[in-house]
Amino acid sequence: MASVALTHLDPASRAATRGWSDLTIRNMFIIPTLVFLIVFNIFPLIYSLGYSFTNFAANRSEPWQFVGLQNYRELLTDDHIWSNFVITAKYVIVSVAGQMIVGFGLALLLNRSFPMKGLITTLLLLPMMMSAAVVGLFWQLLYSPSWGPINYVFGLGDFAWLSNSDSALYAVAITDIWMWSPFVMLLSLAGLSAVPQHLYEAAAIDRASWWYTFTRITLPLVSPILLIALIFRTMEAFKTFDIAYTMTTQPTAELIAIRLYKQAFQQWDTGKSCALAYIVLIMVLAITNLYVKYLNKVKER
Amino acid sequence: MRKIVTSVVAGIGLALACGTSVRAQDKELTIFWAEWDPANYLQELVNDYTAETGVKVTVQTTPWPDFQTKAFTEFNAHGDAYDMVVGDSQWLGAGSTQGHYVDLTDFFNQHKLGDVMAPATIKYYAEYPGGSGKYWAIPLEGDAIGWSYRKDWFEDPKEKEAFKAKYGYDLAVPTTYAQLRDIAEFFHRPDQKRYGIAIYTDNSYDAMAMGVESAIFSYGGDLGDYATYKVDGITNSKEAAAGLDMYKELYKFTPPGWGKTFFVEDNQAITGGLAAMSMNFFAFFPPLVNKATNPYADATGFFANPAGPDGKRFAALGGQGISVVSYSKNKDEAMKFLEWFIKDETQKKWAELGGYTCSQAVLKSEAFQNATPYNKAFYDTMFMVKDFWATPEYAEVLDQLNQNIYPFVVGGKGTAQEALDKTAADWKATFTKYNRYK
Repeated sequence: MASVALTHLDPASRAATRGWSDLTIRNMFIIPTLVFLIVFNIFPLIYSLGYSFTNFAANRSEPWQFVGLQNYRELLTDDHIWSNFVITAKYVIVSVAGQMIVGFGLALLLNRSFPMKGLITTLLLLPMMMSAAVVGLFWQLLYSPSWGPINYVFGLGDFAWLSNSDSALYAVAITDIWMWSPFVMLLSLAGLSAVPQHLYEAAAIDRASWWYTFTRITLPLVSPILLIALIFRTMEAFKTFDIAYTMTTQPTAELIAIRLYKQAFQQWDTGKSCALAYIVLIMVLAITNLYVKYLNKVKER
Repeated sequence: MRKIVTSVVAGIGLALACGTSVRAQDKELTIFWAEWDPANYLQELVNDYTAETGVKVTVQTTPWPDFQTKAFTEFNAHGDAYDMVVGDSQWLGAGSTQGHYVDLTDFFNQHKLGDVMAPATIKYYAEYPGGSGKYWAIPLEGDAIGWSYRKDWFEDPKEKEAFKAKYGYDLAVPTTYAQLRDIAEFFHRPDQKRYGIAIYTDNSYDAMAMGVESAIFSYGGDLGDYATYKVDGITNSKEAAAGLDMYKELYKFTPPGWGKTFFVEDNQAITGGLAAMSMNFFAFFPPLVNKATNPYADATGFFANPAGPDGKRFAALGGQGISVVSYSKNKDEAMKFLEWFIKDETQKKWAELGGYTCSQAVLKSEAFQNATPYNKAFYDTMFMVKDFWATPEYAEVLDQLNQNIYPFVVGGKGTAQEALDKTAADWKATFTKYNRYK
C-alpha cells in the first residue's frame, strides 16, 4: 500500500539501479530519525520518570532506594519551590503579555506598503536571531548603573536594575520581550496579510470606524495564528534559563528552570530533580492543553 | 544495503582502533582546571616537562561558573577525559569518598610533603577527612582572600587631614574591620562617582560565601564544627552574626548595582577608578600591577584581611590541589608528573611564572616575598586561612547558605541572626539526611 502512495522511482536513477525499492528509501530516511528520537528523547523521559521515585544521586556510589512519592511530597511542600513557581508565573505573564502587545503592535504598523519595508522588517527580526546568553550579557551592560545607557537615557541616575530585588525579574522580562517580540510580529504579520482585502473594502463602504474594523475583522481573523504564537511563547517563557541565569543571581528572579539546574547539576540530587522536572512538565502540558482547546474552538468559528 | 552497512561498521571500528592505538603510543596527559591566568602559567610550566620527557601535557580549562559542574559530570560518568584535575578544596570530600580521586597518602609520606608544603595548604587542599592522615591532592595553587587599595587616595594629605578630623585616628591601611568600615564610608562619594569598597556578592557559586566567611572567622565565629557536624550555637553564634552584620554594613559603601560581583567586577572597581578598596583572591592581583591592564597600577597597594574586634584574624581560603583522577588510563604517567612537580626547582619556576606555590622553602625566601607588591601580604595570609565545609554534600550546604544570606546582605531582608538561624536549621536537616550524626 505504502509504495502505491509514493511516486515511483525513475528506472534510470542510481537508486533504482542498486535495486532499492521505494520502501527502502523511505525507511532510510525515517528510521534514523525514529532511532534518534527514541534513544535521546523517549528513553530518557521514561528512565527519568523511574528515577523520580528514588533517592538516586548521580555523584554518589551508594545504592539508591525506592522512596515512592517522597520526592514529590517534599517538593510540593517546600516553600522555596513554591516561591520559584510564583516567580516563574509572574515572569511568564509579564513577558508573554509584553511580547504579544509589542509584537502585534509592530505587525499592525508594518502591515502596509512603505519604502524599505523589507529591510526594516529584517532589521526588526535581528534580536531573535541572537544567542540568548549573548543577549543576557549585553543587557547586563545596558542596565549597568555606572555606565549603562538605559539609566542615562531615562535619567534614572544609578538605579540598579539587576541588583534591586524588586526590579531584577522585570528587567529580565523586558530583555525577553525585546528578544522575542519579533517572533510574535512575524507570525502576526503572516496572519494579517492573509486577511482578505475585500472585507476591509466592504467595511470602508459601510463607513465602519477603525476600532470596529479592528475588533470585528482583523482580530477574529488573526486570532488563531496569535494563539499559536501565545502557545509557543508561554512554553518557552516557562522554561527560560539562559537569559535569567546570565543576567542576575537575585533569589527574587530565580525561575524554576534555574532552581532545577542547581538541584540537578550543582547538588546532584538526581531523583528529586527528576521529580521537579516532571512537575514542571505536567504544568506546561496542562497550560498548553488549555490553549489548544481554545485554539480549536476559535478555528471552528 | 548490507555492503554499505558492513563498510560503515568496519570504518567506525577502524577509526576506533586507530584512535586507541595512537593514544597508547604517544604519552599524553590532560590536566583540567578553571579558565584563569594561573592555568596559563601552569601550561607554560608543564611545557618544560614535555621538553624533558617527551610527554605532552595539556592544561584544559573551562570558565569558573562551569568548572564544578563540568568536572563532576565527567567524574560521575567515570570518564577518562582528564588524567589530573586541579580541584577546589571543597571537592575533597566528594572526590575521596566517591572514589573519583586516587589515594596519594603513600606518595605524600614517601616524599615527606608534610614538611615541604605550608601546613594550611596540606590541611585544606590535601587531607580528608580532617586529621585522618589520608591525602588526596598535592597543593598546587595557594590562594586566599586579600585586599587591594588606592595608595594615592590614602596618601593624599588633604584626605588624611579630613579623615583624622572625622574619625580621630590616622588614615592608613586598615588592621581591623572597624577601620575598614570607616575608610569605606569616608571614601564613599556617589556624587563624585567614587565609592568606598568592592566586595563579593555573587551567589551562583562560592564567591559571596568566601567574602562573608572571612568576616565571620575574623569576628571569632565559625561555620560549624567540621569534625562533628555540630552547627547549632556555632553557625548562628553572636560572633558569627556580628561578622555577617559587618559584611552587610560594607555592602552599603559599594558601587551601585553591586549585586552579582566576583573577581572580574572587583578588579574592575580598581582598574576603573571606582573604589578605594577591593576584595579579591590573590590569584587575581597580577593584572592590577600591570600598567597595560590597570591605569592606576603604580598607585595600587595590597593588604591582608583585617582583624575582628578581639584581634582574631583570618581569611577565606581559595586555591587548589592537583589530584589524579581514578578513571584515568595514564595514572602511572600522572604519578611521574607529580614527582617532577614537587621538586624544589619546579616549585621555584612555578612561583616565578606567577603561580602561587605552596612550598614553604619558596614562600619563605626573600626573593619570593619581594617579587611583587602583594607577595608579602600573600605570605602573611597563608598562615591565617580557614576554609568552608569540605563534606561530600558541600554544594547543597553552599546553596543553603547563599539562599539565606543573600536576601539579607543585598536585599536588606531580616537580620543577620535570622539568616544564620535559618542556615543552621537547613544545615542540620541536610547533615541529618546524610546520616552525619551517629
